[in-house]
Amino acid sequence: MADQAATCEAFAAELPRWIAKGDFQSLIDRLWELGYRVIGPTIIQSAIGYDELRRVDELPRGWTEQQSAGSYRLVQRSDGAWFGFNVGPHSWKRYLFPPQSVVARAERQGDWWQLHDVPDDEPAFAFLGVRACELAAIAIQDRVFLNEHHTDPTYQRRRERALLIAVNCTQAAPTCFCTSMGTGPQCSAGFDLAITETADGFTLEVGSERGAAVIEGLPIRQATADESAVAETERARAEEQISKRLDTTDIRNLLLGNLDHARWDDVARRCLSCTNCTLVCPTCFCHSVTDVTALDDGSIDRVRQWDSCFNAQFSYIHGGVIRADVRARYRQWLTHKLASWIDQFETSGCVGCGRCITWCPVGIDLTEEVAAIREVPS
Amino acid sequence: MSSAVTSGVAIAANPWLAQPARIAAITQEVAGVATYHLRFVDPEVNAAYRFRAGQFNMIYLPGVGEVAIGVSTGGVRTGGVAGPTPRTDAAAAEGPTWDHTVRVAGQVTTALSRLGAGGTLGLRGPYGSVWPLDEFVGKDVLLVAGGTGLASLRSAIYELLNNRDRYASVRLLYGARSPDTLLYASEYPAWIDAGMEIQTTVDRAAAGWTGPVGVVPQLQSRLRPWAPERTAMICCGPEVMIRFAVRAALVRGLNERQIWVSMERNMQCAVGLCGHCQLGPQMICKTGPVVRLDAIEPYLAVEGL
Repeated sequence: MADQAATCEAFAAELPRWIAKGDFQSLIDRLWELGYRVIGPTIIQSAIGYDELRRVDELPRGWTEQQSAGSYRLVQRSDGAWFGFNVGPHSWKRYLFPPQSVVARAERQGDWWQLHDVPDDEPAFAFLGVRACELAAIAIQDRVFLNEHHTDPTYQRRRERALLIAVNCTQAAPTCFCTSMGTGPQCSAGFDLAITETADGFTLEVGSERGAAVIEGLPIRQATADESAVAETERARAEEQISKRLDTTDIRNLLLGNLDHARWDDVARRCLSCTNCTLVCPTCFCHSVTDVTALDDGSIDRVRQWDSCFNAQFSYIHGGVIRADVRARYRQWLTHKLASWIDQFETSGCVGCGRCITWCPVGIDLTEEVAAIREVPS
Repeated sequence: MSSAVTSGVAIAANPWLAQPARIAAITQEVAGVATYHLRFVDPEVNAAYRFRAGQFNMIYLPGVGEVAIGVSTGGVRTGGVAGPTPRTDAAAAEGPTWDHTVRVAGQVTTALSRLGAGGTLGLRGPYGSVWPLDEFVGKDVLLVAGGTGLASLRSAIYELLNNRDRYASVRLLYGARSPDTLLYASEYPAWIDAGMEIQTTVDRAAAGWTGPVGVVPQLQSRLRPWAPERTAMICCGPEVMIRFAVRAALVRGLNERQIWVSMERNMQCAVGLCGHCQLGPQMICKTGPVVRLDAIEPYLAVEGL
């Protein structure tokens, strides 16, 4: 994926292009013609999630969300913007690293079970509407699933074929802190195409050969200087609106040096250990593999399913669990995400998207937890 | 234009495809603990398999699940101290076995205990780090074990004793609950003959027991002769025992770079991906199970990490 970043830079010098809103459907049509399964934002169960998208009118046009710790509400916008929101409970993780997948199938053969691959027949994805923090999250998961120690075949196949169409944020939620994590709000690398919404259309940047090939022949022209300037203003607004901060100074040693801090007891009294934060997190990768026996032909699927360090059984070893209380489990999550992740993957595990803050049923805000530890280190 | 959707990059191999292996023989060790002598069904796979002391395999029982078990001995031996070989000559002709000492504890190990000789299971590995025996040449090698933890040291014991002249001394301090739970007791005479000093201790004595009663660190505190500057210690056992054994060693002048421990965590994928086996920054399946103490010392004493 380093190639992709390099290619993005090569294309960055090019002037932005322009696609009118009235022509945007042609881009979606082109993606389907090319064999991509287009996934984009749409309203699902009163929230903006990611699902299959065939028509522009399936986008949450005219909707936005109000987010705060423990709260998410859809509200209508007055301007009819197509991408006038930030991030919801879904992330692209659910497509590259599916919540449930079969890693192997065992079939009876004589007195033994032969294990074999189950082909992943998912077509190539085109992700429409990837935010800067989400590009960063995908880059982090690349380090987890595609490293020199291990390459995950399912993730690898889906990731290498996926086309990423990024959308620059033109607003920020109170839960956003991408600027603290150095991941946004502007999309700078890792995309095939990137768009910025304005009232009449989108400025469009090409980030890769693949992106250039996709838009060939579509009704796309060079953006005018005015159009580029308006887009720049829109992007700047997002950055201005970001109010949440996480001080990451020496954060690894701060957290790993305070494993017995009183704040862990404090947060344990609030945390429900419900796993929401890990499921909405775009980088959390922990999973379990269990056997599911078919009732018809006697085959057995080895099923990989998202797991969470907040589940008591997660740390099970022979008859007991290591992290028996919520204090130990919250501490595991936060120290892994912000500290030991750096040891393991040479990057923070946090991109500052704020999902874990919004979707925490009791409104725990990790930036506040870190600040409390920083204020009075033990 | 459909080329946009196809990738020429080769997709990585699937790590989950355990190979069929057969139980060639079972040695009942102590109550609830048995050694399974396993042989891959495919002779080529069995001949090509290699592991190093300290590593583990994943044992898979279809419909039940997988469990990580250290390889306690295995392979072909040429001279030196023979490993336990309860196999028949006919079975030995089929190639080496890979031995796994298992204590019945959870679902998978319970299901395994119900399989007899000839039963089949899945095996993948080896995984994880190794006891760095090459670094111990010329040194006093101290092995400290508790309970079933001795199984993780057993392949190291055979390797040390088969190259005994490379080491100044090889000493084992081993503690078990009671005399009848001392693992591999029938092998001790051969180990002693091969140049190993063994001291055992038990939590609870029984009729006929003339050895010490107490915990392993008490043996450590009395150990003579003692030259901390040329000692290397390797340790495996229950985590609480490891903590005390490490403390006893530090008190007697070893530093954190002279002590290696084998840690136990929930291992599911064994390739550093599922996240279950973390201990602070370590993924025990990948950077462990054998870790030098300085890598985990700040975390060893933290409750519930």
